[in-house]
Amino acid sequence: MAGSGTAHLRDPESTLLRAEHLVVEFPVGNTGLKVHAVSDVSLDILPGETLGLVGESGSGKSTTGRALMQMPSPRSGSVTLDGRELTGLKSNDLRELRPQMQMIFQDPISSLNPRRRVGEIVGEPLKIWKRGTAAEQDALIDATLEAVGIDPAAARGRRPHEFSGGQCQRICVARALMLDPKIIICDEPVSALDVSVQAQILNLLQDMKERYGLTMLFIAHDLAVVKNVSDRVAVMYLGKLCEVGSPDDIYARPAHPYTRALIDSIPSADSETNSHDGQRLTGEIPSPVAPPSGCRFRTRCPSAQELCSQVEPVMREVSANQYVACHFPLHEGTSDSEGASPA
Amino acid sequence: MTATETDTSSPVGQRATLLEVTDLSTSFRTERGVVHAVDGVTFTLDRGRTLGVVGESGSGKTVLSRSIMGLLSGKNVVREGSVKYEGTEIIGYSAKQMSNVWGAEMSMVFQDPMTSLNPVMKIGKQITESLRRHLGVDKDEAEQTAIALLKSVGIPAPEQRLGEYPHQLSGGMRQRVTIAIALACGPKILFADEPTTALDVTVQAQILDLLDDQQRERHMAMILVTHDLGVVRTRADEIIVMYGGKVVEQAPTSTLFASMKMPYTEALLRSIPRLDMPSHTRLDAIPGRPPNLIAPPTGCNFASRCRYVQPRCLEERPPLVAAADPGHFYRCFFPVGTPEGEAALQANLASGTAVAAPAPRSSTTTEES
Repeated sequence: MAGSGTAHLRDPESTLLRAEHLVVEFPVGNTGLKVHAVSDVSLDILPGETLGLVGESGSGKSTTGRALMQMPSPRSGSVTLDGRELTGLKSNDLRELRPQMQMIFQDPISSLNPRRRVGEIVGEPLKIWKRGTAAEQDALIDATLEAVGIDPAAARGRRPHEFSGGQCQRICVARALMLDPKIIICDEPVSALDVSVQAQILNLLQDMKERYGLTMLFIAHDLAVVKNVSDRVAVMYLGKLCEVGSPDDIYARPAHPYTRALIDSIPSADSETNSHDGQRLTGEIPSPVAPPSGCRFRTRCPSAQELCSQVEPVMREVSANQYVACHFPLHEGTSDSEGASPA
Repeated sequence: MTATETDTSSPVGQRATLLEVTDLSTSFRTERGVVHAVDGVTFTLDRGRTLGVVGESGSGKTVLSRSIMGLLSGKNVVREGSVKYEGTEIIGYSAKQMSNVWGAEMSMVFQDPMTSLNPVMKIGKQITESLRRHLGVDKDEAEQTAIALLKSVGIPAPEQRLGEYPHQLSGGMRQRVTIAIALACGPKILFADEPTTALDVTVQAQILDLLDDQQRERHMAMILVTHDLGVVRTRADEIIVMYGGKVVEQAPTSTLFASMKMPYTEALLRSIPRLDMPSHTRLDAIPGRPPNLIAPPTGCNFASRCRYVQPRCLEERPPLVAAADPGHFYRCFFPVGTPEGEAALQANLASGTAVAAPAPRSSTTTEES
């Protein structure tokens, strides 16, 4: 993969959020070197859709989420929300748009101020934006806490440490919902939680999505979790997109060797043996300071050829609504042939 | 002196018990009261076998492994019961006596490879330290062994790595180094406490494969502590499921997955999203949260979250009882897959009054606050 291209983008008229050719780089000290965190990533989200962004650590998925939020703005590329360009906006103009974009973070406990009460934490967005009268604000705080499964009467006067991790994540969800955002970016919202609590939060996000008509970008490294919540999945590797498509397609018939390898690495609680022994990825994700030439995945790819080191693959449609950036995808068109013929 | 040699000298075909843990309890005295972190755990571990210990955070799985190894010290720790290693009771050992056991007989791989290595000591020194301490080899020989160890755990250019510091390595490489350190003196038992939780999924598979290979080569026993049922399913011979400091189910791996009896085990398995589920499948979340270990409930620890709960579960503590299959134990009055369990579940579903049956409108509102 790890290629560029915009073949997977849909009609700009229909999308709520659209990012084209995002590039994010960070300097490495004073060495003149750069970390190529996100390199030419394009993605879009329809209203009411959940886009799952999945990849290993270091793949740039969180950085992409933050670049969409303009925290910080990407080095180049464009991000439009509802047709309005966000990059290059003056900070005051951007601030006006902030209520439309909210974020839920990985660690629910450290993303709540320990010294404040839950009622204040959840109500603060309303105070800042002066939405409604005090009584209206109160009613909305109660209703939202109730909606996320927290008893407002008992919880409003308490502080975050009195709650479990799962409950803190519910409070974070309530806070993100207060200003009626158009899009919520969830950055690994369940990876700090226990398996039993993880299911509660995933169900909650699903309920909230139905109830409030939310659009979400869901960033996670757990493929099964991403599959569960997403309408569309994008797989990232070392700052580039590998594959985009519907979760059921991608998981049943991955076209990119990296997607295949990710799926094969998961230990399954349902099968008794590790049936995928031959498919293990070797090595680790290369340094984003000096990413491999051509396809960035080629150094670990089982089907890499000479071409992969010279030419960067471009996103293209391999089957209906499944897009892949690979010279030698695992299947093309409707045929299921394993391996691939050189293009 | 390696485990392999010791084992070939023991009678062939006989299953040699290596570790025998009987009624081990560990509690901590805190300001708020006594925390019963591990409560009456009993199991045996044979040479070359893998025991999986599964549970949520706070279930006592980590304290169990540290308690067996005698890594918990201080006057606020109360340890009761018996831990026999090769037939010798080690529970009363002083730290000095234990230092002959650590590394040489039992060693541990920790969850976080970032913090379990000394950041200001070269990797070579960290590996050779225990070699020189336990095996009394000289510097050059220790270095040669260290190179061989690093090679065996899949680290490229090991000679060069010996002179590097931990921060120069990636997370996966660091975990390989901690495994090399743990294996250095040929321990007979390796405790792996969430060895892959901090790692990426592709690296996780590599590390688990590595542990498997090393275990087979060295005929070493392993206790694999994890919250991930998927990890133990493919790696462990036997599984202990812990909840609230107690063993709630214990069985050979295939038996456990074929005929689980404990509602908690079932609930845990059902709450995990699986790849073969269609997208947007609603998950069967376990409502509520783990019990308070300072003042545990009178009855079953899991009662407040259980789909099968009956009045009896709230008043009486279920004992660990044997199931039909050999080696299978569980702690429940209304076990899964039995007529009593089925009746209890149906009664709860019908009445909708169960303490924790999924609420009809949405299971997300049932978490107690």
